[in-house]
Amino acid sequence: MLEVRYRTARTLPLGRVEARPAGVAIRPAEAEARFVLRIRSTEGEIAGLPLNRPINTVSGDDRRWIARLGPDEWLIGVPEGEADLLQTSAASDLAGRAHSLVDVSNRNVGIDVEGARADELLNAGCPLDLGEAAFPAGSATRTLLGKAEIVLIRRAGAQPRYRVECWRSFATYVHDFLKEAGLGIGEG
Amino acid sequence: MLLIACPYCGNRPETEFRCGGQAHIARPEQPGALDDQNWSEYLFVRKNPRGVHAERWNHAHGCGRWFNALRDTVTDRFIETYPMGERPRSEQGGATAPAATSDIQSEARA
Amino acid sequence: MAQPFRLSRGGRIDRSRPIVFEFNGRPIHGYQGDTVASALIANGIHLVGRSFKYHRPRGILSHGPDEPSALLSVDRGPGRVDPNNRASVVEARAGLRTKSQNHWPSLEYDIGAVNDLLSPVFVAGFYYKTFMWPRKFWDRVYEPFIRAAAGLGKAPTQADPDRYANRHAHCDVLIVGAGPTGLAAALAAARTGKRVIIADEGPEPGGALLHDPKAEIDGRLASEWLAETLADLDARENVILLPRTTVFGYYNHNHVAMAERVTDHLPSAAGQAPRERLWQVRAGEVVLAGGAHERPLVFADNDRPGILLAESVRVFLNRYGVAPGNRLVVATSGASAYQVALDAKSAGLDVTLVDLRLETDCGPEVTRLRQAGVEVLTGHTVVGSKGRTRVSGLIVAPVESNGRCGARRVIACDCVGMSGGWTPAVHLFSQSRGKLRYDDGLDAFVPGTSAQAERSAGAAKGTYDLAACLNEGFAAGAAASGSSETHSFGASATLTGFQPVRVMPTDADPKKVRAFVDYQNDVTAKDIKLAVREGFQSIEHVKRYTTTGMATDQGKTSNMNALGIVAGQLDKALPAVGTTTFRPPYTPVTFGALVGPARHALFDPIRTTPIHGWAESHGATFENVALWRRAWYFPKAGEDLHAAVARECKAVREGVGIFDASTLGKIEVVGPDAAEFMNRMYVNPWAKLANGRCRYGLMLKEDGYILDDGVVARVSDECFHVTTTTGGAARVLGHMEDYLQTEWPDLQVFLTSTTEQWAVIALQGPKARNVIEPLVDGIDLSPDAFPHMAMRTGTICGVPTRLFRVSFTGELGFEINVPTDHALAVWEAIYAAGQPHGITPYGTETMHVLRAEKGYIIVGQETDGTVTPDDVGLAGMIAKTKVDFVGKRSLARPDVVATTGRKQLIGLMTEDPKLVLDEGAQIVADPNQPIPMRMLGHVTSSYWSPNCDRSIALALVADGRALMGKTLHITTPDGFTRATVSEPVFFDTKGERVNA
Repeated sequence: MLEVRYRTARTLPLGRVEARPAGVAIRPAEAEARFVLRIRSTEGEIAGLPLNRPINTVSGDDRRWIARLGPDEWLIGVPEGEADLLQTSAASDLAGRAHSLVDVSNRNVGIDVEGARADELLNAGCPLDLGEAAFPAGSATRTLLGKAEIVLIRRAGAQPRYRVECWRSFATYVHDFLKEAGLGIGEG
Repeated sequence: MLLIACPYCGNRPETEFRCGGQAHIARPEQPGALDDQNWSEYLFVRKNPRGVHAERWNHAHGCGRWFNALRDTVTDRFIETYPMGERPRSEQGGATAPAATSDIQSEARA
Repeated sequence: MAQPFRLSRGGRIDRSRPIVFEFNGRPIHGYQGDTVASALIANGIHLVGRSFKYHRPRGILSHGPDEPSALLSVDRGPGRVDPNNRASVVEARAGLRTKSQNHWPSLEYDIGAVNDLLSPVFVAGFYYKTFMWPRKFWDRVYEPFIRAAAGLGKAPTQADPDRYANRHAHCDVLIVGAGPTGLAAALAAARTGKRVIIADEGPEPGGALLHDPKAEIDGRLASEWLAETLADLDARENVILLPRTTVFGYYNHNHVAMAERVTDHLPSAAGQAPRERLWQVRAGEVVLAGGAHERPLVFADNDRPGILLAESVRVFLNRYGVAPGNRLVVATSGASAYQVALDAKSAGLDVTLVDLRLETDCGPEVTRLRQAGVEVLTGHTVVGSKGRTRVSGLIVAPVESNGRCGARRVIACDCVGMSGGWTPAVHLFSQSRGKLRYDDGLDAFVPGTSAQAERSAGAAKGTYDLAACLNEGFAAGAAASGSSETHSFGASATLTGFQPVRVMPTDADPKKVRAFVDYQNDVTAKDIKLAVREGFQSIEHVKRYTTTGMATDQGKTSNMNALGIVAGQLDKALPAVGTTTFRPPYTPVTFGALVGPARHALFDPIRTTPIHGWAESHGATFENVALWRRAWYFPKAGEDLHAAVARECKAVREGVGIFDASTLGKIEVVGPDAAEFMNRMYVNPWAKLANGRCRYGLMLKEDGYILDDGVVARVSDECFHVTTTTGGAARVLGHMEDYLQTEWPDLQVFLTSTTEQWAVIALQGPKARNVIEPLVDGIDLSPDAFPHMAMRTGTICGVPTRLFRVSFTGELGFEINVPTDHALAVWEAIYAAGQPHGITPYGTETMHVLRAEKGYIIVGQETDGTVTPDDVGLAGMIAKTKVDFVGKRSLARPDVVATTGRKQLIGLMTEDPKLVLDEGAQIVADPNQPIPMRMLGHVTSSYWSPNCDRSIALALVADGRALMGKTLHITTPDGFTRATVSEPVFFDTKGERVNA
């Protein structure tokens, strides 16, 4: 009885309510599985996701993605139901190579930020150049939003679409910061 | 706010970084073999030049990597940044051979 | 409504949109497009404030950001009151309530004006000279007096209700100033397709073109050129044009700060839009086109209301359609003021012009003005002004060939426009660390050698002719954007050139003349000369001694005059005196803009655990630990901290307590070399730690002092689950990464923070096992199968767990690690299952008491960065056989191995068991020794121990372990108290309870 109940009860800190200041949608993501992969060589793939893409890029799609954050560090996102599968695949894909694959599904919280002025909104707290040339779709990096560390991923799309990932205890701050930033850019 | 060229991520704002002090001070291979004088110099003695200074920087809120940088302490101009374990490109004469470990100011590995 | 000084036509105001605002309670009528200053002048009001030191009547000196005198308190509604606003830049709008400052009881009759009569007393350095003695007067008399007299406006008392925004931006070319120079630069840069930001502090781009309606550019009126140019820029996606945006700071690597005033000018509160926005721009190249400031003339009583800068008279006439008076005297030492006189004449004013220059030194402007019917007196000086709250006459005299003044003549007037030449606004250039160069011909410091990717153009560089400004601006914009395009503008000629003058020649006794140099700080030429006579030679010292240039206007109107006077007194060339340093901000910036959204909940991240909401609803009181907010204690009705903690402490030792330890730092250390890495990072041995077993780890810095501690479990051969202190999590991970990346890159080890992946529920007390037994699957909880300091994996309530059998209380205990999103559910289930056992939630205070009863240290409380393992009795943790680990060599340092003098951890039992010592209290051997006493150490932890039924304390005391049983004396708020030295463990001294 307990098992059934708690297997399903993942309590997300932000809920799922969307805010839409200045036409930018700020939407806490649903429960996803995430892993931190650390490995020194970039050959091959893990569960079909490539390792050899440049630092600060993301590959895959919205459902299954792998962001290369440093020379030997990747952040991977997959649907919650594929978590076990990913770990199994990794074990065989990376067999014999020193690596570390750590489940951080509960450490990370995702917030999707989408809309024509999303870059302007993020720049309220993110000091990076989010212009088309400097941070095109497919970019991904660890950076700052106000006083919190985030991972910022720009997804493909006709209008700017971003995923902001932060640690769980910072999620309230990051979420509130984004909503405030939406009011700060005004309706103009 | 400085603009610092991480060797892995390119130009990033200073707030993403932490400075780790003077570069090219390798931890001795055998600390126990050092006398008190040499150990204290390794631990505590650092340069404070007016001009070009080799420093360690960590892209803490970025790729997380440590790297080295040559910075002019007067103008704050970065002459170059380069990965850990390498020598600056602007250093004439190229890399020197690693100094003996007893030379605690050797700039052998870090 | 009557605006007696409003011209019948002209200006860029919108006469179809009248507005009314308040000044000192009285309605002021103006038009959309007015500033507060122009509307006041339209209504004949020049007296708008009292000066800082002498409370002299002051008026509006300028039309722009350099205004030193007309500082008003502006009230935009409840909670929205700002002092010290320059009337010349505040846009007039309906609903504003403005007030003059620094007077009592009223602007017209000000008691403080007695200072003016006492002015011989208030000379340079008055405060330094006067308030020296007697010493005891300082607290009671001098300081309260100075405090009461200090400052101009009154600081607001209510919280600021407005929103402030922040924006990071990047561009290829940032252009400062949207006058003709800046706009030409923007045109050139915009055409390259590069990203361009052009910022101007005014509400309308155009700069000097806005008050030069007759000027022509490329064969058409400047106003037409301006409209076309703005339309061109506006149509380009790569250009951001920001009006009402002051570039106030130029920092490293072309990082430029700007304050955008977003809503202050709007007639009604703009909903949720921000009041101001701070822009932090990183620019590839910067073009500085911020213009120049006009210099006042220094003559006796040059500060009477109605005396303005000459170009400002022109601005009020042409841009705002306002006459600053009916009878204008223009006093000048240069050509540009002739244009002022011409424009005033054609606006219908009665105009006289007085020029210090000899007729032979003047250009064709003299003839032109005479032809317009204006009396021109060349070779004349100004020796004073008449009037009190408004100028009524200007006293002029010819300068004879021997330098003496001839017969005085009073020219009746109600307005004076003065011009002592121009000073390029090099503030931002100077902030960028560029090196200024003195240009003799311009009598000004101009941008010399650049320190950053930046270039100046136009009046900011000393170029004053319109066509030259346009050409220079275009060239600068092109160069900044990598374009080789050129453009040669045609434009009507500008009257330029002036004769530098520091103090106007006078026949009066210089000791009695008050000729103001710095209007805002009330510094006269006499003060500066006195400072030099008293031995101050460095301009930086003169500045601080006299306070010239130190007011909120940073001496925009006064610096060159002050420098010139100092140079003259020292008989040095001006560049030899040098100039003072310009620092940000260029003009005052609101705190709100700097703070931005970082207020209230967004001031700092408040980190909470998944149990936070539960703790709140169960009445917890919280404390801040680093950025975390942790449950401190759980008071029941009527309980205070003491009572709640006493109950919680008892409950844990007698039954079972539940504690949220989720904030503990956690690091997953993985890789083939993980054990070797752990060996190097910690003092303890790790190679032989079996899988599923835990060890208390102690980590040092290279200097041998304790950095952090925490329990570490070996998950598998190549995986360790490391815990750190709450506050040390980031520090420890950074410390480990540093060694891994920079010293031992050969080690195959990877670190991942799992602090927030795992929530930790600590269940402590003799009944802990009973509570979780029914909830746990896959783990044999029996003491033999699962001993103290073991870790098992399984499930609890169906949730995967790393279950630690560890204790920070000395009781049987478990630390249940579960994925964070499931923690609340597991916590609630445990809490429910614990009800029959009297389960008690406890907070950090009880945690602290319980561990102190056991003598367990807390890093940062028992340690302070100078404490070794041996100092706190943990030398036994150090692996005997390891050749090296971080900090090992330092443990053999002579000061660390010293046989006497190290401070060691001991317990203290007060002779009065009810007395709880103060943490941090100093400890001495003999309280009767002479002062200064020899202090042996201090109390590190001190609590009432409910389980010992007495107070307990831990302390670091020199050679403390040799003092067992001895009496020491500890400071209290009332003196000293006595305590006996004991072992630093007070409860269950044999440590048997953890094995239950």
